[in-house]
This record gives sequence, C-alpha cells and structure tokens, in this order.
Amino acid sequence: MHKSTASPTVAEAPILDSRLPAEWSDYVQLLKPRVMSLVVFTALTGLVCAGVPMHPLLAAVAILCIALGAGASAAFNMWFDADIDRVMRRTQGRPVPSGKVQGADALGLGIVLTLLSVMLLAMTTNWLAAGLLAFTIFFYAVVYTMWLKRWTAQNIVIGGLAGALPPAIGWAAAAGETPLNAWLMVLIIFLWTPPHFWALSLYTSEDYAKAGVPMMPVVRGARSTRLQVLVYSLVLIPVCIAPAFTGLGGQVYLAVSALGGGIFLLLAWRLFRSHAGEGADPRNGQLYDVKVGARDARNLFAFSILYLFALFATLLGEHLARGLTS
Amino acid sequence: MTDPATPTEPAEPPPPAPAPSDPAAETAARGRRNIFIALGLVAFIVLVYLVTLLRMGGNILERPL
Repeated sequence: MHKSTASPTVAEAPILDSRLPAEWSDYVQLLKPRVMSLVVFTALTGLVCAGVPMHPLLAAVAILCIALGAGASAAFNMWFDADIDRVMRRTQGRPVPSGKVQGADALGLGIVLTLLSVMLLAMTTNWLAAGLLAFTIFFYAVVYTMWLKRWTAQNIVIGGLAGALPPAIGWAAAAGETPLNAWLMVLIIFLWTPPHFWALSLYTSEDYAKAGVPMMPVVRGARSTRLQVLVYSLVLIPVCIAPAFTGLGGQVYLAVSALGGGIFLLLAWRLFRSHAGEGADPRNGQLYDVKVGARDARNLFAFSILYLFALFATLLGEHLARGLTS
Repeated sequence: MTDPATPTEPAEPPPPAPAPSDPAAETAARGRRNIFIALGLVAFIVLVYLVTLLRMGGNILERPL
C-alpha cells in the first residue's frame, strides 16, 4: 500500500524521541481504549438484541474478543499512520509518533491481537462471528487505513463500515446468524459516521490539511461539506427511527429516536446555514477551541455522540427489560 | 476501530518533554511490561480452559460409554 498523498510537511516532520522507557500503559494507548469502549457498547447491544440465551462467561469472552479485535485495528492504524500522526496536533501524543513505542512493536501487537481475538471468538461462539471480526479488522487496517484514508475524501464514508460492524458481530456471536435487524443497526452507525466526522473536521480541517489527509472540508470546501452533512442527516434519521417498526425497538425507542432525530436535523440545518469551516483562525488557540462560526459544527458533533449512545442504550434497555419480564 | 472510521476520541495529551535515558528506569519499565505480558498470557490460558469446559463439557458428559 502507498502513502503517496501525504504532504511534504509529513515527510519533513521530525521524529520525536521522548527517551522515556515504554510503560505497559503506552501499549494500552495503542489500542485506542476510548474507541474500544464504544465498540464494546454497540457489540453488547447487538448481542443482547439477538435475544438468544447465552452463558454469561461465553458472552463476556465474546465481547472481550471484539474489544481486542478493535484494539488490533487501532494498533495497525497507529503503526501505519505514524508519519501523519506526527504532524497533527490531535495525534502527536500517541505512543508511536512520540517515540515511546517502536512502529514494529505496534505492528507486532496488532498481529498477535488479531490472531488471538479471531481464534478465541471462533472457539467461544461460531465461525460467522469470527469471520465478521476478521473482516472488520482487515477492512479498517488495510482498506481504510492503508488505502482510503490518504486517497479519497470519501474515506470515512466507506471506511465507516469497519466501525459500524460490531453490532452484527455481537448478534452473530449470540445467534449464529445476522438477520435484517442486525444490519439495520450496522446501517445506523454507517450513516451516522459522515455527519459526525465531517462536523468534527469542519473545525479541525487545518490539522488534516497539514497532514495531507483528504478530508472533505480540505478537498471540497466547507460549504460542500455542510451540505453533505445535511443530506446524510436527512437520510440517517428515518433509518434511526426504522427499528421501531421492524420489531427491534419499542415505544421508548420510537420516542427517543424521533425526538433526538428532530434535534439532530435542527442542528444539521443550523450548521448548513452557518459559516463553519470557512477561513483560517488567526489565533493560536487550542485545537478544540470553537473557531469563528464553527460553534454549530461543534454542537452537531457533540450531539451526534449523545444521539448514537441514546439509541443503542434504549435498544439495550428495552431488550434487557423484555428478558426480565418474559 | 475513530480515526475517521469510528467515533472520535478526544484530543490526546501532548508528548512528554524529552528526558535523559536512564538504564535503571528502562530496566524497571521492561520488568513491568514483562509482568503485564505474563498476566495477559495467564488470563488467556484461563479463558481458553474455561471456554473449553463450557463448550465441550456437556458433550463429554453425554458421550456413549
């Protein structure tokens, strides 16, 4: 795979050497634990929504395997992207670009965790779940990280599939199959990813431009990005409400998805009407400072996280309640 | 699995200031890493053992004698 689209700035970036011995916690950071926690949450929701009784220990091991698979993907990403992580303020502190962990060690950790997580998941549950996990790791590490990320502004749209698959893996682990409702959960996360990340990139696009990553605001401009955020939001909200009519979600889910969807659309509309992402900020503020006109982008970004969490928490709660009453 | 493909992680802390290399600190850190790896291996072995019992135990009890 190539890194041809990286800017000259990346090549010239100095290699930091912290001269501090790597601690075990640095290797934990390679696994992106915050991302892992969301993967665990959505996978657990898929596993519970399958409605198939499962031994608690086997369920816990299955979730652990999915978490380790997510960690393996992150380690591959940290190994391959060390050059661009080094020039982006958001990622400069990661273990590889900061010099605390060698790139080869990150690669080795990714390989070991991939083998362990896929094999243990196959042994604990079934080959469908293990195959989906292996595909997810491959898609994130190779298709997204090594190819799409540096090649096209559609990187997070297509690459978002990797982040969307955990509910299907969880469902497959419990039931040995992935029916329509499992893929509906995948579709929700898949369509949620573009407005979520493009809202973020509207106020961090300078960082991506510096690293030569073709994020949408860098390639197509802020106005086009805001329009696409609005269009994706219009498609996303009906899909988020759909589980209430397929038997996956109940009345509470309908209320949460519809009410939250309305707020989501309102924020997406406000973002579209704003000037977020236009013009460079002359101040040397913090990366996540709200730049002029970008408050609407930050509002949508923050609410998108809350909305996705609310949707899956409601599904989880409804299915746990059904299990207790049945 | 964020970076753009998954939900985003917040900003990470800046890299620490360079410090002089210290052989004693390096040895101690390596020791802590080795303990962490050992604990991980033991946990993996215990998990495989328990999963095997749960998945295959029933078949062993029901086997024809």
